[in-house]
Amino acid sequence: MGEARNLRFLGWGASSVSLVLSLASALVLFSVLLLTSGKSPLDTYASIFGSTLGNGFGFSEIFVKMIPILFTALAVALPARLSLVNVGGEGQLHLGALMAAAAALAVGAGTPPWVGIPVTLVAGMAGGALWALVPAILRAKGWLNETISTLLLNYVAIRVVDYFVFGPLRDPSSSNVPQTMTFAEGFRWPAFAGRIHLGIVFALAALVLFAVVINRTRWGYEIRAAGSNPLAARRHGLPVTTYILVVLCVGGALAGLAGTGEIMAIQGRLRPGFSPSYGYLGFLVAWLAGHRPLRILFMGFLVALIATGGDSLQIDQGLPSATVNILMALILFMVLADAWRPDRLEARIQAWLDRKSRGTP
Amino acid sequence: MTGSFLEGWLGGAVLTSTPIFYAALGETIVEKAGLINLGVEGTMLVGASVSFAVASSSGSVLAGLLAGMLAGGLFNLLLGPLVIGRGANQLASGLALMFFGMGLSAFYGKPFVGSSLDGLPSFPIPWLSNLPFIGSILFKQDLLVYLMIPAAGAVWYLLSRTPWGLHLRAVGEDRLVAYAAGSRTVLLRHQALFLGGVLAGVAGAHLSLAIAHTWTEGLTAGRGFIAVSLVIFAAWSPLRILPGALLFGGTLALQIQLQARGAQVSPFLLDMLPYLVTLVVLVLLRNSSRGRMPEGLKEVFESSREGK
Repeated sequence: MGEARNLRFLGWGASSVSLVLSLASALVLFSVLLLTSGKSPLDTYASIFGSTLGNGFGFSEIFVKMIPILFTALAVALPARLSLVNVGGEGQLHLGALMAAAAALAVGAGTPPWVGIPVTLVAGMAGGALWALVPAILRAKGWLNETISTLLLNYVAIRVVDYFVFGPLRDPSSSNVPQTMTFAEGFRWPAFAGRIHLGIVFALAALVLFAVVINRTRWGYEIRAAGSNPLAARRHGLPVTTYILVVLCVGGALAGLAGTGEIMAIQGRLRPGFSPSYGYLGFLVAWLAGHRPLRILFMGFLVALIATGGDSLQIDQGLPSATVNILMALILFMVLADAWRPDRLEARIQAWLDRKSRGTP
Repeated sequence: MTGSFLEGWLGGAVLTSTPIFYAALGETIVEKAGLINLGVEGTMLVGASVSFAVASSSGSVLAGLLAGMLAGGLFNLLLGPLVIGRGANQLASGLALMFFGMGLSAFYGKPFVGSSLDGLPSFPIPWLSNLPFIGSILFKQDLLVYLMIPAAGAVWYLLSRTPWGLHLRAVGEDRLVAYAAGSRTVLLRHQALFLGGVLAGVAGAHLSLAIAHTWTEGLTAGRGFIAVSLVIFAAWSPLRILPGALLFGGTLALQIQLQARGAQVSPFLLDMLPYLVTLVVLVLLRNSSRGRMPEGLKEVFESSREGK
């Protein structure tokens, strides 16, 4: 018993050490890159981390960016447990926002928040889920792989939003800027602590629910079983087709909430290009985290931190804010490649522990 | 529609489809080797920024083009250690590459933002360019436009008629069998990545040197993703890339043309057609198109479905 716990602790320790080493080497590589073009790495890091970790408002902004990333990461992680690849978070996010906007504009002013907010929630989830339903059906029928269909539908979704914002949902009084009218107060998600809004409650609730369902329920067990061996699962009579439809649509609904939160709490109206690739960032976070809930939380925070830090680079250092994408990509490369392999680290730590217990240098 | 509108639109369509064409042609080589680079967008940005920077520093458009090609090839090779060496997830690795390209091009390209260049000149073909209507559409373009057909033919020949192409496709179908048969699978896949990157570099260079005549952050505006869709649309055939590129580029050009004329029609519904057509074609021809998809790619798309 104690032995097993020690081994588990060792494995956890090795993967944490591996992660820290990956982050450190990414930071070093980024410094080299900055030095070769005559920029000071210290100033750059001071700007990225100082503006986010060392400043109350900046710190709250990390969580603001983390909300949509958590939703879109969960939209990938849940289907991934059934070995389905949902690359369509960006599209589902757009459709969720569109449906929520349409619902808010249709129901109209004077709606109290206890009606308005649930309306946006339901509409946003429905939009995302409907957008995922097409790939889900195609996949369940065995007609088309969901990786391709969700990817293709991303571009369609962005143009559907453009169509409505430039056309039927356009605010007639804003002739220059294509955007909808501002939503009535009753639909707006309230913010607290800076711009951190109600969405963080939903996102964390979804994360906990995901963890419980996947790890502690029969559904979760069956989903994981069907994911690792669909043929055997079918032979045992598991409803694999139903699960395909459910996990993809629930994933879509979650991504839809990412879009809903962005427009109902942050933007206040729907505009084209309101998402800075949150869908793709969520995809990366889910893969970095191995689709596990706690790691999604950590990786989501990290990616949100770097993205937030980029905004200050422009102001403090005169660097394009996209510069942080370099740092983000270097971290991704290190982690995706398992540059510091946890299994080897584990063996080394074990050897070191053995030597220590034997008392030899 | 007036004649001049049609002429402007179709001429624009040919020009707009050129970068999409080259990027998709390169991605076809990569995918034939059983790999997918979802980050073509990043490779194109690197090619576009490097070629513009070199062309405006050296004053030579040719040097810029060559530098952009080399940069694109080398940049694509970054995927090698990740997906070939460590077997990392290809879709996530491709997206990481895209973010890398966005960052690098923004960072190093900053000094060049706002400067402009004559760039790649249009090269009217004597006599043919004087033909009414089609003259200006087809024969008053730059050299990279004219090279599209030879390039498609060359890639087709390379993939289907040379021993190298045969080995490459064998690797893309089943790399263990190819390895057992004596193919140098690791080298071949790196070569495919490099060639794909070179062509994505051409695409980027055409965008900055021939279309925009300038460099701005995020110049590609999603064209790399269009290229990835186009490869699927063309069912992994280099010869079907050109008509596909004209379709995708044509709708993009129509949008630009309509906006330039201040038309109040929404081009967005038309704009989504290529993607929907791709989707419908894939579903309708599912048996034959599945047959055309390199077997190695199915492994990527259906990651752990086979119990691996």
